[in-house]
Amino acid sequence: MLDLYLNAIVSGLLLGGFYAAVTLGVAVSFGMLDVVNIAHPAFVILGSYVAYIVNAKLGLDPIVTGVLVLPIFYVLGQAIYQVSYLSFERKGSDSLRGLAFFFGLLFVTEVLLILVFGVDYRYVEAWYIGPTLRFGFIDLPLRMLVPCVLSIVLFGALHLFLSRTYTGRAIAAVSQDPTALRLLAIDPVRIKRIGFGLSIATAALAGAFLIVIQPVEPSVGREYIGRIFAICVLGGMGSLPGTLIGAILLGIVESITTTFFGPSWAPAVGFGFLLATLAFRPTGLLGR
Amino acid sequence: MSAQLLQISGLSKRFGGFTALNDVSLTLAAGERLGLIGPNGSGKSTLVNCMSGTLVNDSGRVQFDGHVLDGLAPHKRAYLGIARSFQLPRPFGSMSVRDNMRIPLLYTAAHRAGRQRSEPEIRDRTEELLRLVGLIDKSDARPIDLTQVDMRKLELARAMAADPKLLIADEAMAGLSNAEVDDILNLLMSLNANGISIILIEHIMKAVMAFSQRLVVLVSGNKIADGAPAEVIRNEDVVRAYLGQ
Amino acid sequence: MTAAATSEPTVRPVKIAGVSTPIFAVLALCVAALFYGALALVGNEYLYFAGYVVLQFVVMATAWNILGGYCGYVNFGSAAFFAMGAYTTVSVYTVITDMSKTLVGQLLGTIPPPLLLVGLIVFAGVIAGLVGLGMGYLTLRLRGVFFSIATLALSVVLQTLVVNWDFVGGSRGAYVIRPNEFPLLPGGFIGYLFVIMLLLVVVALTVARGIERSRLGFGFAAIRDDEVAAEAAGVPTLRLKLIATTISGALMGMAGAPFPYYIGYLQPASAFGLEYAVNAIAMPMVGGTQSWFGPLIGAVLLGSFQQWATVSISSVLNLLIVGLLLIFFVIVAPNGIIGFIGDLSRKRRLAKLARAAIGDGVRP
Repeated sequence: MLDLYLNAIVSGLLLGGFYAAVTLGVAVSFGMLDVVNIAHPAFVILGSYVAYIVNAKLGLDPIVTGVLVLPIFYVLGQAIYQVSYLSFERKGSDSLRGLAFFFGLLFVTEVLLILVFGVDYRYVEAWYIGPTLRFGFIDLPLRMLVPCVLSIVLFGALHLFLSRTYTGRAIAAVSQDPTALRLLAIDPVRIKRIGFGLSIATAALAGAFLIVIQPVEPSVGREYIGRIFAICVLGGMGSLPGTLIGAILLGIVESITTTFFGPSWAPAVGFGFLLATLAFRPTGLLGR
Repeated sequence: MSAQLLQISGLSKRFGGFTALNDVSLTLAAGERLGLIGPNGSGKSTLVNCMSGTLVNDSGRVQFDGHVLDGLAPHKRAYLGIARSFQLPRPFGSMSVRDNMRIPLLYTAAHRAGRQRSEPEIRDRTEELLRLVGLIDKSDARPIDLTQVDMRKLELARAMAADPKLLIADEAMAGLSNAEVDDILNLLMSLNANGISIILIEHIMKAVMAFSQRLVVLVSGNKIADGAPAEVIRNEDVVRAYLGQ
Repeated sequence: MTAAATSEPTVRPVKIAGVSTPIFAVLALCVAALFYGALALVGNEYLYFAGYVVLQFVVMATAWNILGGYCGYVNFGSAAFFAMGAYTTVSVYTVITDMSKTLVGQLLGTIPPPLLLVGLIVFAGVIAGLVGLGMGYLTLRLRGVFFSIATLALSVVLQTLVVNWDFVGGSRGAYVIRPNEFPLLPGGFIGYLFVIMLLLVVVALTVARGIERSRLGFGFAAIRDDEVAAEAAGVPTLRLKLIATTISGALMGMAGAPFPYYIGYLQPASAFGLEYAVNAIAMPMVGGTQSWFGPLIGAVLLGSFQQWATVSISSVLNLLIVGLLLIFFVIVAPNGIIGFIGDLSRKRRLAKLARAAIGDGVRP
């Protein structure tokens, strides 16, 4: 019983690390830039499929692929922000249309993937997908451990960028104080475009991690909507340390749920978290 | 002086580490005309928001017409008779000027009168108010087609449609010409003559001095003066706050 | 003359013919009867099958628009509310077939199916309305996007519940046998389902139009335009938003209740189908969100197109087109077809006025 619990908690920790990477982009776009990109999971899945194709055709390591396509996703993110800015933000039109736009993107991406790849599960091959490290009765499957460790590296890198560099600090401040930025002769739109590009770029890596952890089909992304936003709100919207804590918490609770109630219940946990957070603690765990 | 309509005691409001209002107390008699001045960022709008319920104060309390307002939603405060205009006009953009007036008439005014007006009554009252502020020719215009001045007039007309006991006019005259300022002043004076108490927040000193029976000065969230306008503007603290050290 | 010209270029809001709500309901019933009569004359059963789906989308789009278009709150969980209605029917049906030994099962079993269906629609409306109310109560105090995100996740969680609920068939799905005969109407039971959905359309449109013209509708519009100003003008915003989520959710649940009879075999994947979530948003956006007519136009156009397209192209490609249309309209014609036409006539009128003004300007 104890080993079951401990294993559930350990795999929850590993899962949480990965969830942090998936949520990272939304913590930037929603938490810092105030762009409600509900389509983020679709870009994560897109990242998974890119890793899959390259892996299947060229045999390249999925995570290496994820790193290589970072610039492409970055540019894609910039382009999407530009469209959204020109069509909605600049006109100051209601959030209704912005939300509908991103919902449309989410939907179209999923349907396109279905059209091209069908609804079969796709998986990748890499040396770390099979083996498991064993410490006593605790299992550390490498397909979980590698994404988790690299997620935390990604997390740390972005955290450093946002807190230490001029551009990074501007991104973190852009929605709170656009006037101050203008006074410093920084163009808030350019800053938001860069920030959004970064946020979509993280999806390329998160997608690669995802397909290492589990086989992927186009609609898997939907399960992540509840998770991502639960973590983001729980973490206090745009606080990176908060996001990491929220991700690990959700990972552990989900993992325990899977162990004791079966995997079919896991998607509901994220939603439960989200509703409970919104109802009782909308400022997040670390909020005032 | 007649009975107190509004009593604010020990009101404080902080945003993060920034203190917007610090232990502000204030009273207003029924039928009084009060001017509220202070440099930008001194907490005037925060005070208005705490009175009207848009913001929740951290400590202290607001009493209005025998009711304690703590925790009351803004619409309930409107029902008690507090109406406000917004510093930056906030019209209902998808509605015509005429329909903008309909919202307070259908909700606050109906609630205060205890009955719904009929369609002809709504039309008459709307036209009466729009004529009063000089917007009658633009009844069917959309807010987007209005000038800034007209938007401010709409803002005032909409507040008046609520049949309030207290009208809080938050910079209703910014950007207006001298003649227009006089128009609005006359308007406020005639409302006041009908028994409505008015708090006027204004930068145009000429208007404030002409209008106010009493003047209150806020500086960095503190009330530093409260009294007859002529005395207040000679007060050393006030002079220093406005002219700098 | 010049004074008149300067004050003229104001746009009169489009006023729809001002009949009262009861008269509108009667008129809508008449139109519905004519429409049904025309179909009955053609006498092709396929038309009932295809028409049912289009009508169902009219109800869904109208319901979505009561919250989305009127109040400005986006519900991404339309599929969840629809499925709630469908699964209300499945669970009651299962009580009748699998628990026929129990008193409840026997009692329900004595109700003739056509009548039972009407009861189920009402029941589904109550349940979906209550869920809408609950969701709203938990999330509507916060910024609107949080409500939207919560509804997005609602589908996932309800689907999880249904998949794990063996009583209604779990992930395998459940059969609901449609009676073959229905003596009173041409077209058999499917013809009856069509009539029921047609009546629901009349109900939904009447409710939507009634709201639009009422005090409630003005309150909704004030919330959509500026929630802070609405509160200050005395609009009890939270209460009104809760009313909107309840009505909207209830109508979606009602649209879903007859679906198991229509489809015969209900699986979670079809009840929670993506097409409901996307169509419920795309149809009002394409038609226009500001009045009851927009969702109707959008649903009839997009719905008919999809019925035609499922025959000729794959259903996935079909959905792709709907999604692309949604994005296209949101970017290019944010007020939908109706708004686009309105803008055109407004521009033409302004141009005419401008020409008139220039003509005046020639004289000093």
